[in-house]
Amino acid sequence: MLSSTTRRYKLTAILEVRNLSKRYVKSLDLAGKIAQRLGSDVREEVVHAVDNVNLTVARGEVVGLVGESGCGKSTLGRMVAGILEPSNGDIFYKDDLVNSMDKETGQQTALAVQMIFQDPFASLNPRMRVEDIIGEAPILHKIVQKNERSAYVREVMQRVGLDPDYARRYPHQFSGGQRQRIGIARALAVKPDFLVCDEAIAALDVSIQAQVINLFMDLREALDLTYLFISHDLSVVEHISDRVVIMYLGRIVETAPTEEIFKSPNHPYTKALLNEVPRIASRGIEYQPVSGEIPSPLNPPTGCHFHPRCPDAIDICRTEVPYLKPIATERISACHLND
Amino acid sequence: MRDLHPTLRVEGLQTHFFTKEGLARAVDDVSFTVGKSEIMGLVGESGSGKTVTGFSLIDLVDPPGKIVGGQILFNGEDLVQANERRMSQLRGNRIAMIFQDPMMTLNPVLRIDTQMMETIVAHNKNVSKVEAHQRSRDALGQVGIPAPDERLRAYPHQFSGGMRQRVAIAIALLNKPDLIIADEPTTALDVTIQGQILSETQKLCHKFGTAMIWITHDLAVVAGLADKICVMYAGRIVEQGLINDVLDRPIHPYTRGLLGSVPGHNTRGKRLFQIPGMTPSLLKLPQGCAFQARCSNADNACTSEPMMKEPVSGRQVRCFHPQLGDTN
Repeated sequence: MLSSTTRRYKLTAILEVRNLSKRYVKSLDLAGKIAQRLGSDVREEVVHAVDNVNLTVARGEVVGLVGESGCGKSTLGRMVAGILEPSNGDIFYKDDLVNSMDKETGQQTALAVQMIFQDPFASLNPRMRVEDIIGEAPILHKIVQKNERSAYVREVMQRVGLDPDYARRYPHQFSGGQRQRIGIARALAVKPDFLVCDEAIAALDVSIQAQVINLFMDLREALDLTYLFISHDLSVVEHISDRVVIMYLGRIVETAPTEEIFKSPNHPYTKALLNEVPRIASRGIEYQPVSGEIPSPLNPPTGCHFHPRCPDAIDICRTEVPYLKPIATERISACHLND
Repeated sequence: MRDLHPTLRVEGLQTHFFTKEGLARAVDDVSFTVGKSEIMGLVGESGSGKTVTGFSLIDLVDPPGKIVGGQILFNGEDLVQANERRMSQLRGNRIAMIFQDPMMTLNPVLRIDTQMMETIVAHNKNVSKVEAHQRSRDALGQVGIPAPDERLRAYPHQFSGGMRQRVAIAIALLNKPDLIIADEPTTALDVTIQGQILSETQKLCHKFGTAMIWITHDLAVVAGLADKICVMYAGRIVEQGLINDVLDRPIHPYTRGLLGSVPGHNTRGKRLFQIPGMTPSLLKLPQGCAFQARCSNADNACTSEPMMKEPVSGRQVRCFHPQLGDTN
């Protein structure tokens, strides 16, 4: 099953991201401006949440986007989903540049890329009934007629494993796992091709998590979906993804097919990360943690962002930014040690 | 390997919540022991009663919750009978707690040194300021905080999440307690930071002979850390034993299901095993075994109350149909 999908996604790219950046600038307040005029060393603070990222996702592929807090994985996901405006760079959806589309194509693209959020408690309007949460967008975008709405909502609810008889209930009457299904149903109701799942299962209990992961897999088969699966949980990513992208402080450091990255990680950060994953099979282990903290994105280290924590750092790592280079077929990594 | 004088022996603990909607048996007939230098993983999903068990041990359960039965024998002394004065002598001194959110331990408006020295002096008036400061400094160093002298003068907001949790652990260790209760202390942290904290905790527990209860929903964390494990479901321990036994040969259908639903290595491209349904509300538990509605082995026997049995030596399980065969 896997190998067939692996072949299929090589054919067409559904999404391409080129030199994408997102900067957040904290501009100076009045006191700051005056201080600057008087010659003091205050500057605008800039956070490069996402720094010059290139990424291609093929049709039918599941790409796992992994990183620790502050690495920019959610920001990247939100830009892909069209919720955030990029500061720089281009997003192509089905070979069309997203920000130069005409109104109609733009709207179709916005519908085709949907997002599923982490917190099933915060992402549903508590005052709306489930049938309105799921049924609102399809009516607005004329995907179904008003008189077909209730049948359509029932159909979508069934698809995600919710009892259609609960359509008139409110979100608070559901458990966490069921709410996440409502969130998924809402996204599916506008017939998307591409789902950005931002930590979509992180808030769920283990047994419920398994149910929702299986649901994602089933939906992928049934509806031919493509996923950008953002998660900090490497076990989940290993289970679900075809390809893994590792981010650190706004940059992609390594990309590889899932099996290969878990078998032979290349980038020192990937190695460290994989080393730290607690696994049921590993008992009574002596943890050998990487030292140091994740640096502040306000003031990231020069050169390779990982060098202060890297056990193998050499001089060039402190001064020069390493670029992503191919290291094997379908594998790229940004590390000076590969040169 | 039964410890005759364990640091903590809990017998038939019952903590119930008398809510307007009815009686919730959040902790029901829970028994376990933790010995010196031993780390016990207390595992369960949300609402299983694992946190309430931890809170009951140091008498932090607020109304409408109340301990209604059982014994908590700490070094032989029954804490259920102890008065508030005795409990505050023990809390933070002989028994310490680490919370999921370190800001539950730390006061945001006080410097770290003030808070740490207070913890020492509150339990021992004879310690001089200089000595208390020295001990605080050492404790910070022990949990891997660089430049402890400087960091002592900082406020909690000047630390990152991982560092705050280290400070909370340092405070827990200050008086070299006999027992530490850690409630999901690494759940909110990043993987690399979690690894660091697990490593420090493990070392310190062995160094000082501290008994530890590590409450978590994450089986994988417990696998690398704990010596033994208790699995809770709907207020009860359904299975307990040594970590390798339980994780390699789970007997209770719930434990089996839980282990089967963890994704990873061997599950790539396959469907995960899923336990059907969801955790029942504590207010509306079914008659008999609470897991019966989700269990594939359930039959008529399961409508009566399963008792804790020991089908294999050293393994306790609360099930009428223990799965003694090979793992799935």
